[in-house]
Amino acid sequence: MKGVRFWGTRGSLPVALTSSSLADKLRAVLRAARGRALDSDADIERFLAEQPFARAGTYGGHSACVQIDTGGPDHVLCDMGSGLRPFGQAAMAQRAGKAQTFHVFMSHLHWDHIMGLPFFVPAFIPGNRVIVYGSHRELETALRRQQEPPSFPVGFDTIFEGRVEFRHLEPGVPHEAAGMRVTTLLQRHTGDSYGYRFEAGGKALVYTTDSEHPLADPSHTERFVQFFRDADLVIFDAMYSLADAISVKADWGHSSNVVGVELCQLANARHLCLTHHEPVFDDAAIDAMLAETRRLEEITRTGAALQVSAAYDGLEIAL
Amino acid sequence: MQITTQTFADTIVVAPAGRIDHRSAAELEAALLPLVGRAAERKVPLVLDFSGVDYISSVGLRVLMIAARQMRAAGAGLSVAALQSVVAEIFGISRFDKVLTVDATLEDALARVSDAALAAYRAHRPS
Repeated sequence: MKGVRFWGTRGSLPVALTSSSLADKLRAVLRAARGRALDSDADIERFLAEQPFARAGTYGGHSACVQIDTGGPDHVLCDMGSGLRPFGQAAMAQRAGKAQTFHVFMSHLHWDHIMGLPFFVPAFIPGNRVIVYGSHRELETALRRQQEPPSFPVGFDTIFEGRVEFRHLEPGVPHEAAGMRVTTLLQRHTGDSYGYRFEAGGKALVYTTDSEHPLADPSHTERFVQFFRDADLVIFDAMYSLADAISVKADWGHSSNVVGVELCQLANARHLCLTHHEPVFDDAAIDAMLAETRRLEEITRTGAALQVSAAYDGLEIAL
Repeated sequence: MQITTQTFADTIVVAPAGRIDHRSAAELEAALLPLVGRAAERKVPLVLDFSGVDYISSVGLRVLMIAARQMRAAGAGLSVAALQSVVAEIFGISRFDKVLTVDATLEDALARVSDAALAAYRAHRPS
C-alpha cells in the first residue's frame, strides 16, 4: 500500500466555490503580493507556496471518494460520492483503451456516498469491471434504486450491462480483497455505516466516516481503539465540533476533531486526516479547524507525535 | 481524581482535581450528578472550580454537558471557573466555551451568581 488520494472530502452534500468567494481569495492574494517582485514564473510559484491554504487554495466540494494506491494494477476506492466522477475521468485518461478493474469499498449507502456511480464513465466501457464491496445487505438494492425512474433517466442494467458486481463483507471478519487484508467494523450512524481497516505490505490504513462515537460507552471506545491500533493513517469524520456533536447534533451520526485526536492517541496511530467537512464551512473555517486540531494534539500529547491533516480534493498522502 | 465540595450561602462549589479522562470521567459523573440534582431541585447555582484540573477529555466534557442540561432544565445555572491554560484551550477547540458559562476565577463566578455566596466565600477565604 503506497498511499491515498482524495477525490471527495465534503460531507452530506457537494459544494462549489462561489464567484464571490473566489474574488475574495484573489483580493487577499493580490494584497499579499503588494511590494513583492513576481517577475518570473518561479517567483510566482514561490509566492503562492507561502500563502495560507485557505487564501490560495480550496478544500474542494466533492462528496466522499478516496483512492488507495496499492501499487497493483487495479484501482481501489472507498465510497462513490460525487468525487467518483473526476476520478473516473482521470482513470480513463491514464489507461485509455486498456481494460480496467475497480474495487470499491462502501462505508454506507447514503446519497452523498453513492451519487457518483451513475456518472462513473469507466463503468460504461465494455471490458471494464467494477467490484463493489460492503457489509450492508441492501448494497445492490441501494445502488440500483438510485437509477430507477423518476430519479434518474438511465437504468442500472442499461448503463452498466453487467459490469458492476457486488461482494458482501462480513463485519469483523478479515477478507482478502484487491491484494489487501480488509476488515470492517460496524459504526453508529442512521442505517448503519462501516469503518474499514486495510492492511498490506506492513502498512495499515483506517477509513472511518459517518461514525458517531457515544462517549458514555467505554466498550465502544475500546473497539475503535483496537480498530485504529498502530495505523499509519486514519481518515476520520470530523464534521462537527465536539460541543455540537454531543448536543444539538447528537444522533446525527458524525464525529469531531477532538474525538479523532483522542482515539488516535489512545491507539498510537501515526497520522490523522480529518474529512467529511461540514458543507457550511468555508476554506478559512476548515483551515482554522486544522490549526486547532494540531494545537490540541500538541497540548494533549503523551507519547509519540500524531501528524494531523485536513483532507482536500486532490490531497495525496504517502504511506 | 480528588473532588471536594463546599457550599457558600446558596451556591454549591465543586472542585475536581487532576486529569478528567476516559478513566476518571465516570468518577466525576458519579460525584457530580447527585450534586447537580440537589442544586437543580433547590434552583441554586452550581459552580465548578476547575483550578485543579489539568486536563479534560471528551468523555469529561460530556459529563459537563449533561450537568448543564439538567441545571438548565430546572432553571438553575451551572458555570465553570478558573480554567488552567490547557483546559481553556480544550474548551475553545471543542467549542465548550460557547455552550457553558466560563468565569476567569471562582470569585468572578460567585460575584456573578450570588452576592451572598461571594460574601460567604470572602469571609471563609484565608487572607
